[in-house]
Amino acid sequence: MDQTMNAEQERVRIHLSARAAGSGTRGAWKPSNPTQPPLRCDWRDELAKATLEVFEIMVGSSLTVPTELSSPFVPDFAAMVGIAGSLCGLVSIHTTSECARRIAAKMLGSDEVGAGEDAQDAFGEVCNMIAGGFKARIAGLADGCAISVPTVIFGRDFTLFSLARGEHYEVMYSFEGKLLSVTLDLHG
Amino acid sequence: MKQARVLIVDDSSVMRKIVGRSLRQAGLEVVQLLEASNGSEALTLAKENPLDLILSDINMPLMDGLEFVRQLRCIESAQQIPVIMITTEAGEGHVVQALTLGASGYIRKPFTPEQIKERVIPLLRG
Repeated sequence: MDQTMNAEQERVRIHLSARAAGSGTRGAWKPSNPTQPPLRCDWRDELAKATLEVFEIMVGSSLTVPTELSSPFVPDFAAMVGIAGSLCGLVSIHTTSECARRIAAKMLGSDEVGAGEDAQDAFGEVCNMIAGGFKARIAGLADGCAISVPTVIFGRDFTLFSLARGEHYEVMYSFEGKLLSVTLDLHG
Repeated sequence: MKQARVLIVDDSSVMRKIVGRSLRQAGLEVVQLLEASNGSEALTLAKENPLDLILSDINMPLMDGLEFVRQLRCIESAQQIPVIMITTEAGEGHVVQALTLGASGYIRKPFTPEQIKERVIPLLRG
């Protein structure tokens, strides 16, 4: 087996055709017209607004836009939520484990850096709320799409690899001086 | 200050803590706080404990919040307990379905303590 194949196998692969959230006992409601595509809009702007809203209300912090990157941004903590329905894609948020623990601590009303389990839980929930807020902002998406339960990945040297190869949008912010990025990958 | 025995249902433990804190910030004295991470666990707790208020997420593993409400309303002793859905699913279809199944109210995440106060406290008796 060649080295390229080994490297591919070590990557974290996320297929963007996300399953609808919830269990087999989910309610019977279905979107009235799930095949109707949403109207085009400024996806990146709506993603940014949803992100800022979540951090201001649930984390209690205003994000700022970093003016310049003084060092390479190497995130080792990511959360993702799939969107499936009239729009298919993936919302993900990336930062460092230190920043994720700090976000968890802020959400829980503590000044101390939170525990790892809290960070995973909180970061996944932040991503969940961003994805939910994003689709709530766009006409036709709130009822036309389902979102998955969050998935959190942490550790060094992983790559999220989109099989959809669709449109990609990213917003970068600074949270208490630490960088985080929020991305939207749309199904091609 | 109103007192209440409360059940919070969410697969996120962080979110359960935040909701509990928001209730206290809203001026509610929580005399008993029960937590469940899915609808199935919540049903068991609701059958075994007298409750004044339930706050439930929708998207959860094993049994989601909508199915939880539907089954809860089939339990005679639980038919009058106010159930507020707290969820990222903000579509009108979800709201209508939740209310049709027996939910008493709906709050979209992210939420403020003020929203909890406005929509939860009036539903409590006493």
